Amino acid sequence: MVPPSPAQATSALRRALVAIPFFGALGFAAYIDREPLDATRADAANPEFVLRDETQRAGITFVHHRPTFDRKIANVEPHVAALGASVSVADFDGDGWADLYFTNSAFGHPNALYHNKHDGTFEDVAASAGVADLNEPGVGVSMGSVWGDFDNDGREDLLVYRYGYLTLLKNVDGTHFADVTEAAGLKRWMNSNGAIWVDYDRDGLLDLYVTAYFRSDIDLWHLTTTKIMHNSFEYATNGGKNVLFHNLGGGKFADVTDQMGVGSTRWTLAAASADFNDDGWPDIYLANDYGPEELYLNDHGERFTLSTAGLEAESKSGMSVALGDVYNRGRLDVFVTNISERGYLFQNNNLRLNVLNETGKFRNVADPVVADAGWAWGAQFGDLNNDGSNELFVANGFISADRTHNYWYSMSKIAGANGALFEDAASWPAFGNLSLSGYEPSRVYLSRGLAGWADVAARVGVTDSLDGRAVALADLSNRGAVDVIVADQNQRPVLYRNQPAPGNHWIELSLHGSRSNRSAIGAEVTITTRDGQKQRRVVDGGMGFASQNDRRLHFGIGRNEFVDRVEIRWPSGERQTLQNPAIDQIVTVQEPR
Amino acid sequence: MTAKRPLDPRYLIAALITLVLVAAQLRYHMVGGYARLAVALGTCIVTEALLSWFVRGKVVNLQSAYISGLSLTLLLKPQGGVLYLFVLGGFLAIASKYVLQYRNNHLWNPTNFAISALLLLAPGHVSVLSHQWGNDIVTNLVIWTFGLVIASRVKVLHLTLTYVACFLVFNGARALASGQPLMPEIAPLTGPMYQLFIFFMITDPRTIVRDRRWQMVVVAIVAAVETAIRFASDQGTPLPVAFNVGPAFLALAIVGPIAKFIDLRRSPKPGAAATAPAGVYPSAAAAPSIPRSVGSAATS
Repeated sequence: MVPPSPAQATSALRRALVAIPFFGALGFAAYIDREPLDATRADAANPEFVLRDETQRAGITFVHHRPTFDRKIANVEPHVAALGASVSVADFDGDGWADLYFTNSAFGHPNALYHNKHDGTFEDVAASAGVADLNEPGVGVSMGSVWGDFDNDGREDLLVYRYGYLTLLKNVDGTHFADVTEAAGLKRWMNSNGAIWVDYDRDGLLDLYVTAYFRSDIDLWHLTTTKIMHNSFEYATNGGKNVLFHNLGGGKFADVTDQMGVGSTRWTLAAASADFNDDGWPDIYLANDYGPEELYLNDHGERFTLSTAGLEAESKSGMSVALGDVYNRGRLDVFVTNISERGYLFQNNNLRLNVLNETGKFRNVADPVVADAGWAWGAQFGDLNNDGSNELFVANGFISADRTHNYWYSMSKIAGANGALFEDAASWPAFGNLSLSGYEPSRVYLSRGLAGWADVAARVGVTDSLDGRAVALADLSNRGAVDVIVADQNQRPVLYRNQPAPGNHWIELSLHGSRSNRSAIGAEVTITTRDGQKQRRVVDGGMGFASQNDRRLHFGIGRNEFVDRVEIRWPSGERQTLQNPAIDQIVTVQEPR
Repeated sequence: MTAKRPLDPRYLIAALITLVLVAAQLRYHMVGGYARLAVALGTCIVTEALLSWFVRGKVVNLQSAYISGLSLTLLLKPQGGVLYLFVLGGFLAIASKYVLQYRNNHLWNPTNFAISALLLLAPGHVSVLSHQWGNDIVTNLVIWTFGLVIASRVKVLHLTLTYVACFLVFNGARALASGQPLMPEIAPLTGPMYQLFIFFMITDPRTIVRDRRWQMVVVAIVAAVETAIRFASDQGTPLPVAFNVGPAFLALAIVGPIAKFIDLRRSPKPGAAATAPAGVYPSAAAAPSIPRSVGSAATS
C-alpha cells in the first residue's frame, strides 16, 4: 500500500477538521426541531389573564353543522364544506349588553341568536326573533353575518351571507327582524364567506361590501360542471366577484362594484376596513385564498385604487384580516392568517406593520412564533390582560377526522402542480375520512413589544383542539375584560371568559354616530396615556374571518390611572377629543351634530 | 493560433437556473425576498471559497456554489421566513462536498443533500418549494424548452428523459394499481420543484455514474425508489414526513450515493483515470475543460 503524500495527508486532516462544523450543523438542525423557537417562556410565565371555557355554563348549546353538496363533488366535499361556522357580536336589543349570533350551514339546522341575560348566561331567541331558519334548499346555507344599523333607526340590523342568497334582516323593534332583502335590492346569489359594513363615501349611511369565494354562477347543490375549483394554488383569479353595494337611503342599495373598482375575483375569504393611510377615507383590505392580499385605497369616496403596498410579492392563502395597533404607535397594523404544516408548507402568517405613509408599503414583521399557527383561520387583536398592548388570539385547524392519516400527502401532489389541472374538482384525490391539519390547538399570543410574541395558550387555559374558524371579542359582562368567542366548524363554539389579573385599568368607549352611521362603524379612536403610549382601534363592521367584534372599543391602560386624551375620528370626518375621561368604566360618546 | 475551447457546460446550467430564478421572481415573486437570495448565495460562495482554500490550498471555480445558492433560494421555504436556515442549508450543501467523499469524489448532489438533511432533521422548520408557475402554461413551456435544450447541449438529456419516462410509467402504474385517479399522480411533474429536480439535481455530472447506460439505469432506480416511497405513503405507512414531502429528493439522496460509491469502487484508483464521468460532456476532449483545480467539489 502506497502511503499518502504529505500533501494528501494534510488535505485529509483538513477535511476532517471541516467535518467538525459539518456534523455540528447537522446536529444543530436536529436540535432546533426539538426546541420550539419560542424563546420567551420566562417572559410569558405570567400572562396576567386566564381564559376559561364557560360555554356550557353560559347556556350556549349551539352546534354547527357543515353543509352537504351535489354528489358530483363528493370526493372533495370535506374541503368545500369546511366553512360556515361564524360568530358576530351586537347589542341587538339595545340593553347595553353584548349578544351573540352564530350561523349554521346545513339545511334544516337553525342559526342561533343568544341574548345576553346579564348574569353570565345566554338564551337563544333566534326563532322568536325570526333569524333562525335561514338554511333551506333554494336559498342556501349561512356562512356568516355582520351587524350594522343600515337605516340609522338606532337598532342593529343583520346581514347574513351564504352560499346562496344574501339576506338583510331589519331589526324592527329590538326583538323581531323582518326580511327586507328584496326591497333593498340585495337579493343576490353569492357564494360568500365574508362581508363588512363600511360607509365608504361618508354620507352617514352604511354601505356593504360582500366578498365572494366560489363563482356566483355556481349552485353547489345543482352543479352543471365540476370545474369549480381555483385554477392556481398561488395566483388564482377565477373566484367569485366581490360586490360593493352603495346604500342609497330609504332602505335601498345599488351595486357600484365596477364603478368603484373593487370587484376582485381572487377567492376572497375576509375583508376589513380602516383608514390605513390617514387620508380620512376608509380603505378596504382583503385576505385572498390562493393569492396575494389586496389593499383598495379609497380616493375620496369616488373610487378605490388597488394599491401596490408590497402585498403582491407574497402569494399565500389569506384567511382572515385582523386590525390592531401592534406596537402602540397610533396606527392600525394588519394580521393575516395563512397555512403552515410541518415539512409541507410554511406560508407563514403575515403581521404587517403599517408604514404606508413613510414607505408606501406594509412591512411584514411576523416572527417565527406568530408566523406559524398551523392552518390558521380567524384571529383578533385584543388587550386580554389590560396591560396596554394587544394580545392576539388565533383559531386554527382545518378538518379533524381520521387521527392517524391525513390528506397532506395528497395535497402536496396537486398543490405543487400546475393549478389549471385541478380546476376540475373531479381530478382531486378523494378526501374520504382523512384529516387535513386537524386537531390543532388555538394560539394565544402574548405581546412582548419589539421582542416578539409568546404563545401562552396552554398557560392561560386555551386547550381545545376544535376546528376553529371565527373569533370575536366582546366584554360580555361589562366588567372591563375582553372575552373570546370562537365558532368551530361542525362542532360546538367555545366561549372563553376572560379573567385578567387585578391591578390593570381599562376604559371602554361606546360610540354612537349622529352625522355618521348610528353604529359608528368606521370610527377610529386613539387614546394617549400618561406614559406617552398611544393605542388605536376601529369600530369594525366585520373583521377577522366570518366574525364581527363588539362595537364598543376596549382599551387596557395598565397601571395608568389616567387617560390623557381620547381622539375620535368619526366616519363623517368629525374629530372629537375627550380630555381625562373616567377610567375603569364604559364611556358613552355621542358624535357632535 | 489556439483551438477554441468548448464552453464549460456549467455555464449553461448556471444560465438556466438564473433564468428560472429571474422569471420566477419577476412573475411569481417566488424567491420570497431578496435577503434570502443574498444569504443563500453568499453562504454557498463564501463556504466554497473558504473550504476549497482550506482543504485544497486554492479557491476553486465558484460557479457550482452559485448554482447551489440559487437552487436553495428557490427550494427552501423556512418557517417564519427566517434567514439562518439559508445559512445552515448553504453550509451543509457545500461542506458535504468536502466531508462526504469517497476516493476524492463527493457522493451527494450538494443541494439534494442539504434539502434532504433539513427535511429529515428539521421538518418543523423547513419545507420545500410549493409555489407553482402560476396557472400559466406558457411559463411551463418556456422552462421546459430551455431546460431540454440546455440538457441536450450539455449531454444530460438522456437523464432527464429517462427520469420523466420512468416517473410517468411507474406512477401511472401505481395509480392504476391503487385505483387512484391518474392526474394527481403525474401532475407533480408540471410543478417547479420537479423541474428544478430534473434539470439541476438528477443531472449533476459530478454525482452520477460514468457509463451512459448505467446513468440511465440509476435514474430509473431513483424513479422506482421514489415510486416505492409514494406507494408507502399511499398506504399510510408511517414514514418521516420528509419522505411524504419530497419523495424525489429522498430517493435521489438514497440511490445516488450508493450508485456513485459502487461506480467509484469499480473504477481505477485515483490518479489512474480522470474522475469526471464520461458521457456528460460534449466530447472526451471537452471533459478536461473543467478546470482540474476545481477537483470533485465543484458541482451544484
